[in-house]
Amino acid sequence: MFKVKVHVMLKDDVLDPQGKTVSHSLDHLGYKGLSNMKIGKYIEFKVDSTDEATTKAQVDKMAKDVLSNPVIEKYEFYMERV
Amino acid sequence: MEITPEIVKEHGLSMQEYERINEILGRKPNINELGMYSVLWSEHCSYKNSKLVLKKFPTKSEYVLLGPGENSGVIDLGDDVGLSFKIESHNHPSAIEPYQGAATGIGGIIRDIFAMGARPIAALDSLRFGDITKDSNSRHLFEYVVKGIGNYGNCVGVPTVAGEVCFEDAYSDNCLVNAMCVGVVQSGDKEIDSLYGRMIKGVAKGEGNHVLYVGSSTGRDGIHGATFASVELTEESTENKSSVQVGDPFQEKLLIEACLELLKTDCVVGMGDMGAAGITSSLSEMASRGNHGIEIDVALVPQRETGMTPYEILLSESQERMVVIVEKGKEEKAFNIIKKWDLHGVIIGKVTKDGMFRILEKGKVVAEVPARSLADDAPVYERKGKVPDYLLKTREFKNTDVADVTEANSNIILKKLVAAPNIASKRWVYEQYDHMVQTNTFVNPGEADAAVIYIKGTDKRIAVKTDGNGRYCYLNPLVGGKIAVAEAARNVACTGAKPLAMTNCLNFGNPEKQDSFFQLDMSVEGMAEACRKLSTPVISGNVSLYNESESRRVYPTPVVGIVGLFDKDVEPMTISFKNDSDLVYLVGQNKDEIGGSEYLKVAHDLITGDCPGMDLDYEVAMQSKILKAIKLKLVNSVHDVSDGGIAVAMLECMKGNNLGADVNFKSNGLRNDSILFGETQSRYVVTVSGNNKDAFEGIFEKDCELVGKTQKNDSLSIKIDGKTFIDIDGKEYKDIYDNSISKVMTIE
Amino acid sequence: MKYGVVVFPGSNCDSDCYHAVTDQLHEEAVYIWHEEASLPNGLDVIVLPGGFSYGDYLRCGAISKFSKIMQEVIKFANNGGYVIGICNGFQILTECGLLPGALLMNTSQKFICKSLELEVVNNQTSFTKTFTPGEIITVPIAHGEGRYHIDENGLKELMANDQIAFKYVNNPNGSIADIAGIFNKKKNVLGMMPHPERCLFRNRKSLNILDIK
Repeated sequence: MFKVKVHVMLKDDVLDPQGKTVSHSLDHLGYKGLSNMKIGKYIEFKVDSTDEATTKAQVDKMAKDVLSNPVIEKYEFYMERV
Repeated sequence: MEITPEIVKEHGLSMQEYERINEILGRKPNINELGMYSVLWSEHCSYKNSKLVLKKFPTKSEYVLLGPGENSGVIDLGDDVGLSFKIESHNHPSAIEPYQGAATGIGGIIRDIFAMGARPIAALDSLRFGDITKDSNSRHLFEYVVKGIGNYGNCVGVPTVAGEVCFEDAYSDNCLVNAMCVGVVQSGDKEIDSLYGRMIKGVAKGEGNHVLYVGSSTGRDGIHGATFASVELTEESTENKSSVQVGDPFQEKLLIEACLELLKTDCVVGMGDMGAAGITSSLSEMASRGNHGIEIDVALVPQRETGMTPYEILLSESQERMVVIVEKGKEEKAFNIIKKWDLHGVIIGKVTKDGMFRILEKGKVVAEVPARSLADDAPVYERKGKVPDYLLKTREFKNTDVADVTEANSNIILKKLVAAPNIASKRWVYEQYDHMVQTNTFVNPGEADAAVIYIKGTDKRIAVKTDGNGRYCYLNPLVGGKIAVAEAARNVACTGAKPLAMTNCLNFGNPEKQDSFFQLDMSVEGMAEACRKLSTPVISGNVSLYNESESRRVYPTPVVGIVGLFDKDVEPMTISFKNDSDLVYLVGQNKDEIGGSEYLKVAHDLITGDCPGMDLDYEVAMQSKILKAIKLKLVNSVHDVSDGGIAVAMLECMKGNNLGADVNFKSNGLRNDSILFGETQSRYVVTVSGNNKDAFEGIFEKDCELVGKTQKNDSLSIKIDGKTFIDIDGKEYKDIYDNSISKVMTIE
Repeated sequence: MKYGVVVFPGSNCDSDCYHAVTDQLHEEAVYIWHEEASLPNGLDVIVLPGGFSYGDYLRCGAISKFSKIMQEVIKFANNGGYVIGICNGFQILTECGLLPGALLMNTSQKFICKSLELEVVNNQTSFTKTFTPGEIITVPIAHGEGRYHIDENGLKELMANDQIAFKYVNNPNGSIADIAGIFNKKKNVLGMMPHPERCLFRNRKSLNILDIK
């Protein structure tokens, strides 16, 4: 069994109004010096398998084809055996 | 578990109520049973404090097919077209978590409507918050309540077509979030259109029939939500976030389609929504209505979390769950449809004939009570009212206590009024709502005094509006109650539709306090009288009491939703001036009434005095004359005079076609502020083409006054006895009117 | 002309499109359930309607592109059949690759519903033939995620191939180059955020976008 954590983020050149607004609000609340805030998605799930390599390939394909949209988003993921 | 007085108290039950449960059962209840009684006997479900007051409402007319008592009422529009509508509050959940609170409020009321077999075709809202210009928490609540209503309604595909929002300090600790839904149902044998279901009631009958659970799994959300909705908010309860349910509009959309499709088959006996108080309330009410019993096994209920106890399952308020009573032997048909819509459906029990609501857990009885005792045997309290102290003071106000407006300051006061969030355009709100999906919306929000909706597949059109005026009811509960009904009906009549019936949501304080009960009792008295005079019986509704904190009580706020029907040959009327040089009339009588007005609040910082008077016979007469003038096509625009008075009404008429007006009023000894900004009832601003002058005046006779003409240039000039008080550029004032709320909402 | 309106779980403008085609354009229309493995015979136009397919919980249109019927829709489009995606339908068309680019959250972060003006950029297509170039038409929008995005090269390519169908006169959502709707290269696929099927009671002319000629 693997526990998988996937982060999906907007690519650097895509405007993220959520990140911009939250960053701006924090600045107003007195949290100074923040920059480059981006808000993305964090997805976690478990995969019932024993083979690390095939699971990794499967998760990668899933993240690329379904969980993210390569036109606007990038992703990274972490796996840990549980 | 031993039931101690502390546990009884924690459940919001009095010791007398506990004794009554012992009597009913002939033994002490176990904890599951105590929980069941506590939610069903809460004010929210049982109306124990308001039942006697609610009896004042008329509930019958030639149009009423189903009155109060079902999931929702239904009226008959003719040709087997039924219209089901209801308004409900979600005040406390929204105060704790505005986004989810408001979203699940919309979700719940939509389920009440399609539980009747009706396709929901429109949603409306009625919202109250603290002063957003100075209170950031009120801005936060407003922002997220609107977002919650929008996102849920938009996703589920029900247009939010009209509503109202008010801001007063009285609501800063308890916001009010009322949502109304309107649906179309086939009320006879003839199919109207494949879109609509046939009318079904929330009953369980027929021994051996299946109890089918459809929709989302049951989690621990909203446990004790219904009792929670009936206690005063304290510091502690704001910590208690888990009581709030989370909405899933996608699941709801699938449920609508699946339930309406189920009704195309012959397998459904009854249907209900598992709303407040969840499984317990919906099943006991259905069994009670059907004169049967129900037996379920909680182990069969789909569960989202592990280790849930029967108590939690019975009281969970997880959203997007329906219960369908399916005829034995026809369950395959039901399962096929549920599967098509990718929903989860499980048979969790059966209908019995012994009248008991019996709960098993893996076959072992964990609760067993007479279904009727839960649904119908709650105590009914006769509360006493006493005139609130503040009324002695507010009634002392005389108009002469404040300086009248002058030619020098009227423009400035009008500018302040149109910028006041209570008067300014609610564009910031309705542009976040999909108000057009289903393509039945004939006029957009802001263009008419009520929403006008086509009913697809028929030749029928309806108008619908919610209204309420807490400030009037605060200053005069009896007359304020009359005005709430009269104004909603008037708004519907302004579009050309004849008001047929109403729903209402009574938002009040703690009924156990005598001054608060006085407000409830008197407001309902006034509303009921208006209902009788205006022939708009009550077909559904909801009561939300205990809207008070340690330091503040909300204004007594009855909210009224009225539906009207257009005659086939009537063209819906809008408020905007249509042509240059049309005659401008004021219909109704000006009076010296500034008490309780927005003007008094904005210009003099006072909320006091008596509310405007309400002569119901005159109101009825004016409404029917307006309807006649619209039907005979004698008028080009109609707008009722309400908050902000004639000056604001005129400015609102100038929107849309960028036409102005030049008018002069005879003072007849009245104060200038009464004429310009007073909120005297039963008045309208109407425009008429020159060639219809005689016919129009023939209808209204002495009840109309020709005050001037519309003009091509976009400016407004209002004179009194020939002296100019208002002389403004329309564009500047309309910009302020349009953008005031969005400006306030960007305050950091 | 025979129209097929695809119904995904969560579509909510499906019956609006169906009724606009049958009641207003007086053409034949059928609903197509997303789990169908093949298209009905004799279809000329496929409409992917607005709504919130699969709740739009992951990304708008992200799950719909995997539904059975979409494979058939892609084949149909590649064979020259007319496809129009409106709102959520446009999002699905970009997700499945029939149209380039993607739709992101409005810059205001708010859902926006209102009527607004569009400029017809390319009128040399079956969807836009009844308009003059540069004609201003009024169509309502109703979306939370309608900000069209495409990279610089993609945008150049859109312009070079006359693929921009409509531009907003007053950009409501932050779309790049004010883009409100685009075609594929062959101009048989149109995706747009505004809702022409809602132009029943006013701005009737905008309904012509659905009237393929």
